[in-house]
Parts: sequence; structure tokens; C-alpha cells
Amino acid sequence: MSRRADFPLLVRNPDLHYLDSAATSQKPAFVLDAMREFYETSYANPHRGAYALSVAATDQYDLARSRVAQFVGLGDRDCLVFTRGTTEAINLVATAWGRRNVAAGDEIVITALEHHANFVPWQQLAAQQGAALRICELTQDGRLDLDCLRSLLSLRTRVLAFSHVSNALGTINPVAEIVALVRDVSDALIVCDGAQGVPHLPVGFDELGVDFYAFSGHKMCGPMGIGGLLGKREILEQMPPYQMGGDMIEFVHDETTTWNELPHKFEAGTPNAAGAVGLAAAAEYLDSIGMENVLRHEQQLVSDAYTRLSQVEEVRIYGPTPRERSGVISFTLGDVHPHDLATILDGDGVCIRAGNHCAQPLMRRLDVSATARASFYVYNDESDTDALIEGIMKAKAMFGHAAV
Amino acid sequence: MPLSDRGAQIAGLYQEMILDHYRRPRNKGVLENADASVTMKNPLCGDEIVLHVAFDGETIRDLSFSGRGCSISQASASMMTQLIKGKTTAEIDLLRARFREMVMGGAAADDASSLGSLRSLSGVSKFPARVKCALLAWNALGTALDERPA
Repeated sequence: MSRRADFPLLVRNPDLHYLDSAATSQKPAFVLDAMREFYETSYANPHRGAYALSVAATDQYDLARSRVAQFVGLGDRDCLVFTRGTTEAINLVATAWGRRNVAAGDEIVITALEHHANFVPWQQLAAQQGAALRICELTQDGRLDLDCLRSLLSLRTRVLAFSHVSNALGTINPVAEIVALVRDVSDALIVCDGAQGVPHLPVGFDELGVDFYAFSGHKMCGPMGIGGLLGKREILEQMPPYQMGGDMIEFVHDETTTWNELPHKFEAGTPNAAGAVGLAAAAEYLDSIGMENVLRHEQQLVSDAYTRLSQVEEVRIYGPTPRERSGVISFTLGDVHPHDLATILDGDGVCIRAGNHCAQPLMRRLDVSATARASFYVYNDESDTDALIEGIMKAKAMFGHAAV
Repeated sequence: MPLSDRGAQIAGLYQEMILDHYRRPRNKGVLENADASVTMKNPLCGDEIVLHVAFDGETIRDLSFSGRGCSISQASASMMTQLIKGKTTAEIDLLRARFREMVMGGAAADDASSLGSLRSLSGVSKFPARVKCALLAWNALGTALDERPA
């Protein structure tokens, strides 16, 4: 069901094998057209002007919020705060909620799988507030060790932050089980990094049971610079604002200010309305395929790639079996450094990521400085895996019996 | 750029000389009695080089490197240690500037004849993402010179 024909960049580059969608996805014409349409028909500053064009821009922005909220299974659409992306969404929670609610003696639990964006904000919050940071370790095959998690949770736990899907290994974490473990022993805030969740599998926020869920538009066929934070209303309402400025205020007196209602309280300044329109179009595009189908397609490709890579001598694959992962496969090839491998593959138009995948704590635990990572999406098919394997064989031949 | 051109550039990047130094690095290991040991990391890829330098007045008497990294960073370090051994700091400053110029694409490899085998790294200039790898050991060398005993 490859959707390659929907993506202008891929159509223009028929020899390109784009296998870096975990970093960012390509954009379908449907999204690009929606943004152009917005700029050409409805563009003005939302929430500002009394004139019809500004009202049209406001309507488009509101409609985008409704569509995206629906896509992620959020009934109360005002509990979707548009952000620049996952990073800003997590920083918003760690700063606005964290500084008010985390105190000395409290504990923040994160996991060894986390992207730096869901690691560093909590590490720094803990340091600022005098709280302790606890890290849930992993099983041999790169899944969260739930026994370890259970042992870390207590009445002192104030926050649990974890990823829905690992960007480096593709591991899909059992959200419901994790939420149950936490709720059993504490009233900790549960924050889920969904940067690799929303783009690749069906997400229903209202059923997940987490308090906050963050995601990015650019990894799910939407534009860069837009993403969202989903939260529970009672928590969002009690939280102080994150940034101050226009739109997020109600009345500004000389000495004091009152805040606008949700979601505006957390959206200071002119919003990225075109980005929101693009993100809504991306949601509509993915809906037209069906997220179950997206997941099935990726798992088929990753399962095939897993089998074929396993057969290449000197390839070592990291992470769980294909059944427990989304369309991400991280590996190393003997003594060939992942950066050399990525450069050689680039020569054949195969784009993979090499490096630590913004997950240095995970790399330390895997005892590697870097891995090569191929990640699949709706526009990939078996020919991309063919090119990947071919490039790997070429690198093997080039480096021969490298002994370092 | 057509893929065939990119393929040719990659063949130009991974010359046998580079692969040979990657497979059999020269002057690799910790140097006994080093005056300075400088660690240089590339946070992008996690590569790390430690350069060990022993001075004799204004001359680098001996040097070696340890650490791990890609073929470009390892080969660059290996060839650099061969070239630098026995050179004065003034000579080294000149070589550093030439090498930097070459990998940044500022000078043709012909103008860089004093760089010897390191000219095999001239192809790096076509790969902006890899210039840092080639410069890792050289940046460590710069720091070692700055920190040398008075």
C-alpha cells in the first residue's frame, strides 16, 4: 500500500530511498496544498482583527484544533495546546507544572529509553527542585523492565515520564500496564512522549489514562514547527502559564494580569495557524489511510527487514522482536562505523540515520557510541529494504576485514 | 545531484589509504610520559579521541592517540601522528592551517603537498557532515599546543 505517489519530493526523486521518517517524515501534496490554500484564501492574524479575513483565519485555526483533537482521541478539544512540537510540549509541563508541584524529597521517574527531550527537562527539574531522578532500566532486548519500574514507584513519586514508542529502538511500550502500575502506588503525574506514537499507531488520549501526551506534526506528514500537548482539563486549569505575551492574557493591569481560558492560556503570541492547518490536513491524510493500516504496513516492512538484516553476517540488531516495535530498526555492522555506513548508503540514495539518536543514556546502556537506524513509513516498500541491504553489502565489501 | 556523481564522490572519500589506516591505525595507544593528554569528543556521533603528546622544547618529540570513531576520524588521527612527530610548533601551525583549508574545500590537494598521505582526505570537503570527523584529532592537537608546558 505504499503511498509514494502522494509525496512530491519522492516523486521528483524516484531513486531516493528515504528511511529516516523517525527523524522527520516527508510531506504529501495534500498537506502542502492545504497550507497554500490557507495562505491564499484565509490568511490574517487569528483572534485579532474585527474584519472578516481575520475571522476566517480564526475559524481555520479552530477547525484545525478540532480535527487534530479528534485524530488523537481527545473529546475536549480545548485541552489540545498547540506547541512547536514534542520538545516544547514536554518543557511546558516540566516548567509550568513541575516548578509548582515538585519539591525537595520528591522523586521523578523516567526511563533509559528516553529521547533527550523527555530526559533532560526532568533531570534539570529534579536538580532545580531538589528532587531525586530515578531511571527505569531495560531488559536485554530493549523493553522497559517493568519489575524495575515497580521497584522505583512509591508515594514519593511525583512524576513518571516515558515514551509511547522509542525513537531509537522502535519499542512500543505497554501504556495501560504502566499507567496501572503507577496509579496503584501513587498519584504521580503521568507524562507520555508520543513523538513516535501518533505518527505510527492509533492513539486515543481519553482512553490512555495518562495525564499529558506530547507529539510533533513533522513526524506525521505535517509541517515542522507545530505539534501539541494533550492534557487533562483539571490539571491544565490549575497550572500557571508557561510563556507570557499576547493572546494568553485576559486583563492586563499595571501590577497584575489575569489569564485567558484554555487553550489560549498556554499559547502566547501569534499562533502558528498555517502549521495547525497543515497538521490538521496531515491528520486527515493519515485518517484516509487508517492508522491500523499504517501500523500494519510498517510492521510488515520492519519484520521483513529484521529477517533479512539478521541474515547478514556481522549485523547486530538492537531492540525487541518485530511484533513489539513500530517501523524502526537500529543496528550496527561489525567494525564499520554507523557514520561510514550512512555515507556509503547515501551514495546509493539510501537515507538512514547514524548516531546516538538523541538518546545518549540509552547508547551507554547498549554499550555503543552510535547505531545505524532505518525507519519506515507509509511511502516505503520492499524496494527500500532491497536498497538498504544492497548498500550494507557494498559497505561490507569496501571495509572488508576491518579490524579495529 | 545525480546519484552516479554522489557514488563517485563516495569512492573518492573512501580511498584505500584511509581504509588502511582505519584497519591498521599507526601510533595508536597511550603514550608513556606524555606531557599532555587531550580528550576531544564529537557529541553528534559519540566519537572520542584522546591525543597524547610529549614535547621537547618547541618540538613534538612523540605523540599517539586512543579512543574510537569512524574511519575518517581514525585515519585522520593516524596519519596526523605520523606527519607531526618531530615537527616544531611553527611547522605544525602551518600544517594545521593547510589541513583545515583542504578539508573545508579551500585548497586543491595539489597545494597541500606538505600534507603527504593526509591528502587522501581531501574528498571530505564534499561531505560537510564529515568535516568534523576529519578535524577531531587536529582540534585535539591545537588544544595540546595551547596547553604545552612553558
